[in-house]
Amino acid sequence: MSPLSKEDIDRMSSLSREDILEELKTKMLSAPPQSPFFGRDIISIKELSREEIITVLNHATALKQTPQPELLKNKVMASCFFEPSTRTRLSFETAMTRLGGGVMGFADAGVTSTKKKETLYDSMKIIGQYADVIAMRHPAEGAARRAAEATDKPILNGGDGANQHPTQTLLDLFTIQECQGTLEGLNIALIGDLKYGRTVHSLAQALIHFNPTLSFVAPESLQMPSYICEDLKKHNISYTFYERIEEVMAQADIIYMTRIQGERFPDKMEYERVKDVYVLTKDMLAPAKPTMRIMHPLPRVNELKEEIDPTPHAYYFEQAHNGLYVRQALLGLVLGALHA
Amino acid sequence: MTTFSHPTKDLRSFKVFTIEEGTVIDHIDAGQALNIIRVLDLAGNDTIVTVGLNLPSKKLGHKDLIKVEFRNLTPDEANKLAIFAPHSSINIIKNYEVADKFLVTVPKSIERLIVCPNPSCISNAEKMDTMFHVSNGGEHLKFTCHYCEKKFQHDDILEYKYS
Repeated sequence: MSPLSKEDIDRMSSLSREDILEELKTKMLSAPPQSPFFGRDIISIKELSREEIITVLNHATALKQTPQPELLKNKVMASCFFEPSTRTRLSFETAMTRLGGGVMGFADAGVTSTKKKETLYDSMKIIGQYADVIAMRHPAEGAARRAAEATDKPILNGGDGANQHPTQTLLDLFTIQECQGTLEGLNIALIGDLKYGRTVHSLAQALIHFNPTLSFVAPESLQMPSYICEDLKKHNISYTFYERIEEVMAQADIIYMTRIQGERFPDKMEYERVKDVYVLTKDMLAPAKPTMRIMHPLPRVNELKEEIDPTPHAYYFEQAHNGLYVRQALLGLVLGALHA
Repeated sequence: MTTFSHPTKDLRSFKVFTIEEGTVIDHIDAGQALNIIRVLDLAGNDTIVTVGLNLPSKKLGHKDLIKVEFRNLTPDEANKLAIFAPHSSINIIKNYEVADKFLVTVPKSIERLIVCPNPSCISNAEKMDTMFHVSNGGEHLKFTCHYCEKKFQHDDILEYKYS
């Protein structure tokens, strides 16, 4: 039911109790069913059920096929990026613009009152008074949840430090479904920095809904954290640890590469030892299934050679493109223009 | 050398004397009594508090024990101490007798007490209350930060905010 306006309340105050009840009943029956996404914050992938994930992906598919240039006309998105971002920020802003909405915001905390020591809570409370929806990234873990306490406008988390990046996970799932035709029962290899990479943590957690077989390829010092493995075990998801990419190439449906980040290594000699072990070259693809696709959250450094780009296995640029449709779907859903 | 012969009666009641009215918190995991005194602010008023540390216990090997005179702990207060001592029992004493006895219940969440050990957590960057979700993972309690979503055990927690 749409909220009662001041005029509604003034008018109803002169009615009898029975008439008020009758009017409210009529209003409720004529209102469209409320979507479970309407007004909702998207902060952590763990808060989305399998059905909700599928709803987002279905809307993203529809929006990719049929653009909706007026869907969010007269709505405004605040784009609050307290730390640098290229793909996430630009795709959020493009998503809103291509749905007919307006965008305001900043791409650098240095130009905001944060520099004058304003708290995140105060900043978001004020921004929430200007915008209908807020897309944000912040270096502190938990910042998106804190922001959601400051405003009743929906918060879309575009990354809070090393914690969550749910829209990346949704676009990863969308891409897997698009290139494999299904999300169910796939053999998915996650490769590289599995210890610190939030992308692979959230993806592994979201895949729990789709019964995958997972391969974790990483040096021992960068393997998947035990709390994720415990989660997988609890849901009877099969996973195996490997140290070499070659060991998983023949069986994988998806190879998900990540960058090994030198700055994370406590031991620089260990970094020097492993940094070039996880470099994917064209020759290594020979045993792969013809339908195998390679994904990468980007940016890449040298772990994914350019010679792979023209092969049919490369799918990382499509993956980055898909961020647009998934973010459009989320904007439409939380603003109530799309329904579950 | 002078030797003293002990009377035959049990001396334990003299080690931690009995109280007329109040609360006895028993079966506290050894080493946690002082944390409980801080979290319940038992030292901050005029009540007499008697503390026994490292007492022998059949159930726990060693235990701590706290007796608080003329103050009955509420179930809410009792549950707050459960995060330090999940096995403890609360005895409400009236006229030297146990009038009521109950075990503590581990709360589902705990607010404003634990300082998040993750230095990158927003709760360490802003002036705000903390909140942790408590789960019973086998032998040890686990605490998940409501904000940064990191999971901790007691040993990981370096600081508490006592009222």
